[in-house]
Amino acid sequence: MMFKIARDIQFSQFYKKMNILSSILICLSILVLLIKGLNLGVDFKGGTLIEVRTENEKIDISEIRQSLLKMELGDVTVKKFGKKNDYLVKIEMTNTNDANFIKSINDQLSSNLGSVINFRRVENVGPKVSNELLKAGLLAITLSLAAMLIYIWIRFEWQFSLGAIIALIHDVIITVGIFSFLSYEVNLSIVAAVLTIVGYSMNDTVVIFDRVRENLKKYSKISISEISNISTNQTLSRTLITSVTTLLALFSIYIFGGAILKGFSFAMIIGVIVGTYSSIFVATPILNYTNVSQKTVLKENTENN
Amino acid sequence: MLYFSKTKIFIIYSVIFFLSLCAFLNLIENDQNFILSKKVNLGLDLQGGSYMLLEVDSEPVLKQKLQEKLLNFKKYLKKNKIQYQDLKIINQSINFFISKNDIEKFEEFFLNKDNLINIYYNQYRSYEMTYSIIDNEVKIEYSKFGIIEIKKTTLDQSLEIVRRRIDEVGTKEPTILRRGNDRILIELPGLEDPNRIKKLLGKTANLSFRFVSQTENTFGSELLFFENSDDQLSVSKRVIVSGDNFINAKPLFDNQTNQAIVSFSFDRVGAKKFGRATTDNVGKRLAIILDNKIISAPSIREPILGGNGQISGDFTFQEATDLALLLRSGALPAPLRIVEERTVGPDLGEDSIKAGAISLMIGFLLVIFYMLYKYRLLGIIADLALIINLILLLGVLTILEATLTLPGIAGIILTVGMAVDANVLIFERIKEEMKIEKSTIHAFDMGYKRAQSAVIDANITTLISAVILFFLGSGPVKGFAVTLGIGILTTLFSAYFFARHLSSLYAMKNKDKQIVL
Repeated sequence: MMFKIARDIQFSQFYKKMNILSSILICLSILVLLIKGLNLGVDFKGGTLIEVRTENEKIDISEIRQSLLKMELGDVTVKKFGKKNDYLVKIEMTNTNDANFIKSINDQLSSNLGSVINFRRVENVGPKVSNELLKAGLLAITLSLAAMLIYIWIRFEWQFSLGAIIALIHDVIITVGIFSFLSYEVNLSIVAAVLTIVGYSMNDTVVIFDRVRENLKKYSKISISEISNISTNQTLSRTLITSVTTLLALFSIYIFGGAILKGFSFAMIIGVIVGTYSSIFVATPILNYTNVSQKTVLKENTENN
Repeated sequence: MLYFSKTKIFIIYSVIFFLSLCAFLNLIENDQNFILSKKVNLGLDLQGGSYMLLEVDSEPVLKQKLQEKLLNFKKYLKKNKIQYQDLKIINQSINFFISKNDIEKFEEFFLNKDNLINIYYNQYRSYEMTYSIIDNEVKIEYSKFGIIEIKKTTLDQSLEIVRRRIDEVGTKEPTILRRGNDRILIELPGLEDPNRIKKLLGKTANLSFRFVSQTENTFGSELLFFENSDDQLSVSKRVIVSGDNFINAKPLFDNQTNQAIVSFSFDRVGAKKFGRATTDNVGKRLAIILDNKIISAPSIREPILGGNGQISGDFTFQEATDLALLLRSGALPAPLRIVEERTVGPDLGEDSIKAGAISLMIGFLLVIFYMLYKYRLLGIIADLALIINLILLLGVLTILEATLTLPGIAGIILTVGMAVDANVLIFERIKEEMKIEKSTIHAFDMGYKRAQSAVIDANITTLISAVILFFLGSGPVKGFAVTLGIGILTTLFSAYFFARHLSSLYAMKNKDKQIVL
């Protein structure tokens, strides 16, 4: 079969190069994050988001922008969203006290453009709530990292935990960095994606680690770098098949799932690719660097007994 | 690992059969009181509707409560024969001076657990109010728990009024829930235009009848604006009758004036008060005031004794209807503010369902064919397990009457992609065992056994993420956590019970042949 030829890849040869590549990517991500920051959506920054559909397809995006600017609503961004005559309008201002706020925007827009404007979706988040949502999102990500740390700590030795957690942080930073670089909007669903990435990446790492541990117990004379190679090769076809099926599902969402799920599925696609890569080239090398040996795992056993 | 007792097989297939039945319930229309009339609910993002988070502004209530406290305090101090000076409210505290000798007396009645002025909460082990004494000056404030209790009561009352108002509008299946100490969450499925609800909830609806003052700027009166114009009128601060005394209100169309009006009736107390006031003041103008804005200020032509009356004020019929609704449902104890609002139009919801269904179908087929391509015969087992998995997932969602959201659909599609992982882990392991083992059955057996720890580890990590997301996520994202989490559980079931049983049948049948995987 396809992956059979790839049975004896000396992964450890590439560790150094890949680690340099990862370091560069992480530095770049942090740099981009510091310079550009994240494009926070209304969930986290507060404001008003309106998905607009125009009846008249000839209306130009700049006409909509002009019309909105006239209303003096603060910072306004308009961009295409999904179909031809669908737009996404983001308004900095929220006026939740005025019940007519949204209606008056619609009325003015309709009369300025001389066409019926359909508001397909309106999201209005006040500053207090957006602040809370941001905190809850950060808390969720931190908690999930902590939970993973604790879980793997219980199941494995500390060298393994270290490898897994560094790989997780690697994945999260690069995914978020790519979002910053592309100025993609970060909203609640991106937090969901990041959490799922954490789960997925961990899943991938654990399967390799499981095998490393098993092999360490089996062979006492083989060096850890050789064990890593054997274990990675043994689990490689599983790693690839699962990544492929997950990516198939994700691409299906990305292409056919509509505009709302684009950001979420994009983040997940990046996360699955980076997560698969990091299990092999970030998490496993750390076992080599920390000189894991048969003693490490056997000690664990005697302790348990 | 490959042996299944008859009871075990029976249980496995009973579970599958039962959950399939539950999943099937979604396809049939049943609104009768059928035993199993459960269904997966569609979230607001899929069926369209409005979500609102309201915050109760309890500041005014706290102020008012403190004012009432002040009056009560005077009485209690007098009753306990404590001399006080300069009793007044400064910011959020009641301040006064007492003599040194009285301090002990004051503390005795203030800290008595059965006193009525400073309630002792057993559940908090704390008083309603706290005090401090510096140089004869006593300062009394609401304690943390006192404030919590006031907020709680205010929220409870607000919740009741909000519920009444929304029920009166007659939207289908509204959800109205309390959130924390000062928030109300509302979900209104199918509501296309939240404007009317927003307007209705934006009013506290404090109605009062007060006399128009003869001269401007006299003591005891205030200048108020008219609802529909920039005109002002000076009205007395004294309330003749308030909205509390209403028992009914309904919109009417006055054929003589061609105007919509609100007709109302008072309860006995209100009728009495109103009758007396109108009898004594024929010719004077009576202002009808809603939330500090004058609706109208007609002259009293004759005493109104029956307890019935009318409010006119240039209403459209809709406005009259809404005013009547507000009067019927009562005043809110505190103003409400909308702090978060999300509305999805029904056509977008429909588009989302379509897009979700299409991507699920395509993702599903891609994975099915990929597994067939990779594993041939075992691929069929994995695919059957996947189909069963989806049915089980839908069945469990139905039993829980879970809410399906767009991210929830994404969670199902993701489950499709990730669910095969369990079988992939196992099949890969079987393949490895086949190289060492001669016996097919033994290879299958070892494959399942040895893959178990990896399968469990791998799924628990995703489950942890899902659980955290469920507790910290909100709205649609929660729906994602639900489908992802349940998806993992059904995946484990279908891989370790259903697919394993099929595998065992397959291995038994081919035990003498050399299987190439």
